[in-house]
Amino acid sequence: MLSLLQEKLEGAFKKLRGHAKISESNISESMREIRMALLEADVDFKVAKDLIENIKTKALGEEVLRTVSPSQQIVKIFHDEMVELLGRETAPLDLGQPQRILVAGLNGAGKTTTSAKLALLLKKQGKRPLLVACDVFRPAAVKQLAVLGESIGVPVFQPSPDEKDAVRAAQQGMEWVKQQGGGIAIYDTAGRQEVDDELLAELVKIRESLQPQEVLLVADAATGQQAVSVAKTFNDSIKVTGLILTKLDGDARGGALLSMKQVTGCPVKFVGVGEKMEQLEVFHPDRMAQRILGMGDVVSLVEKA
Amino acid sequence: MAGFFTKLVQRFTKAEIDWDDLEAQLIAGDLGVKLSMQIVEDLQAQARKLHDVDIVEVTKKHIRALLPAYTTPLPPLISGKPKVVLVVGVNGTGKTTSTAKLANFLKKRGNSLVLAAADTFRAAAVEQLEVWSKRVDVPLVKGPPNADPAAVCFDAYTSAAARSAQFLICDTAGRLHTRHNLMEELRKVQRIVGKKDPTAPHEVLLVVDATTGGNALQQAREFHKAVPLTGIIATKLDGSGKGGVVVAIQQELGIPTRFVGTGEQVDDFAPFNADTYLDQML
Ligand SMILES: Nc1nc2c(ncn2[C@@H]2O[C@H](COP(=O)(O)OP(=O)(O)OP(=O)(O)O)[C@@H](O)[C@H]2O)c(=O)[nH]1
Ligand SMILES: Nc1nc2c(ncn2[C@@H]2O[C@H](COP(=O)(O)OP(=O)(O)OP(=O)(O)O)[C@@H](O)[C@H]2O)c(=O)[nH]1
Ligand SMILES: [Mg+2]
Ligand SMILES: [Mg+2]
Repeated sequence: MLSLLQEKLEGAFKKLRGHAKISESNISESMREIRMALLEADVDFKVAKDLIENIKTKALGEEVLRTVSPSQQIVKIFHDEMVELLGRETAPLDLGQPQRILVAGLNGAGKTTTSAKLALLLKKQGKRPLLVACDVFRPAAVKQLAVLGESIGVPVFQPSPDEKDAVRAAQQGMEWVKQQGGGIAIYDTAGRQEVDDELLAELVKIRESLQPQEVLLVADAATGQQAVSVAKTFNDSIKVTGLILTKLDGDARGGALLSMKQVTGCPVKFVGVGEKMEQLEVFHPDRMAQRILGMGDVVSLVEKA
Repeated sequence: MAGFFTKLVQRFTKAEIDWDDLEAQLIAGDLGVKLSMQIVEDLQAQARKLHDVDIVEVTKKHIRALLPAYTTPLPPLISGKPKVVLVVGVNGTGKTTSTAKLANFLKKRGNSLVLAAADTFRAAAVEQLEVWSKRVDVPLVKGPPNADPAAVCFDAYTSAAARSAQFLICDTAGRLHTRHNLMEELRKVQRIVGKKDPTAPHEVLLVVDATTGGNALQQAREFHKAVPLTGIIATKLDGSGKGGVVVAIQQELGIPTRFVGTGEQVDDFAPFNADTYLDQML
């Protein structure tokens, strides 16, 4: 996948070789190719369009470096712009009072797994994490969190099997946390589609009850063009504070993250890179930019030039 | 989902067609860059005839023509042996839920069946399917924790055959198509059920999340290489995802979409109907 894109870009830029300066006429075709590459990486088409416009402005008139190919040079400009968009700094979790972390997202995004992974991460940092199961809807969702909690040695609040109200489950969870003597409590919620007003309203109520200082939106790296709508709707209703992209151990390029980042303005806090509990990593914007472009090595090459 | 083509109607009923905008709208439906561009090109080729015509209808017809005229339901085997259906896919797409929905669908149709809980890896995956099996009242075969999924399917086949069940549906663990050893594990399941019946598995259904972008095509390619797919189940079509990538999968790999999932309840499930699929977008 990645090398294919690289080939494509190289091909598109061939025509640029031998030009001293990058000009409108000699890059228009290349820009079309890059646009296609970005769209293939699931970058939102409006975001891709803006990105291309910005790059054009930045690239026009630049001297073509001798030591690297013009294609590499433009990729570097793209890369830098994308790093800017993704947020240059990595953002840690806000662990201030009241030490509550709410985890939300679409069905199957990876919320439950990520909640447990976060707990393990905090535990390794010597903190005292607690897990609260608020998904009283999906079959065996509570059990799933309980099994994961047990595997990492973190206490889990399990609402009664008769409890059908997620808001009440969250409130009972808060009580339980108090009884446990406090700690950093991670609240795992049920998956929901952002067009489901009723379920979104439920999430708003949970957020109001918890008043968490972190609201993390978990999204699958393979998300397509709906990423904008997803991020916007979740953010508008529960005011997201951070993003987590999962399943980056696959070959999805993760262009959706650009949209989610841009729509919410929230930092990307972690990425999931596997099903195992320790497979959660801090986010590196530069690596992500390279992944979306599919051209890691080129960047360091140009950096040296 | 609604609103996608409605938007097109508003934009394109005027005499002048904005091709870039049409392309953007198709891309927004996750049809993929290649297919979107191809559709636009095809329509441009007929551009002269298109003025003052409803471009929505034209586009719809065009996409409809890419899909099969009809997709077959899942008839039981004439031999009376259990028809083995493997449900596969990447993590979190809706395999377990779709397994339950399919079981419910077949049962309501009057078929007898057995479920195999072959996701022996993910936490509480077996319990999840167990809850569903009780709800839809269909027997389930499971193994000990961390059992070999192939062994579970083997045992489940024995049980299905003993009960003269018409179907055996195996829910498998989510796996990324890039994980070689996990894809091998799937091939092993295929091999082992093949020992029971050389023609099994009879159906391998890939579950694709409609919210997925271009990667779904890659998922289909890789799963198809490992265990030849006979169909797609497109899930979460009740969300904002248009699932356009199933059209791209059909076009490139010739794998038809057989069922759609439109919610978290067991009845939110139906055989794929191309006309409804396109009409619902309007
Ligand atoms: N390969 C891989 N799989 C992951 C990752 N994160 C989660 N998963 C898997 O994705 C699937 C769904 O994860 P869950 O944690 O159950 O997702 P969820 O968002 O809680 O799902 P619902 O609660 O049903 O909406 C499971 O099979 C997980 O093992 C990741 O980073 N990489
Ligand atoms: N809205 C909606 N949610 C769905 C649909 N199908 C499945 N889900 C939800 O998606 C989430 C994941 O479903 P599962 O059936 O557990 O997915 P899976 O593929 O078995 O997941 P793993 O086994 O962990 O890989 C759950 O929250 C389901 O309720 C659908 O058609 N619409
Ligand atoms: Mg969950
Ligand atoms: Mg499952």
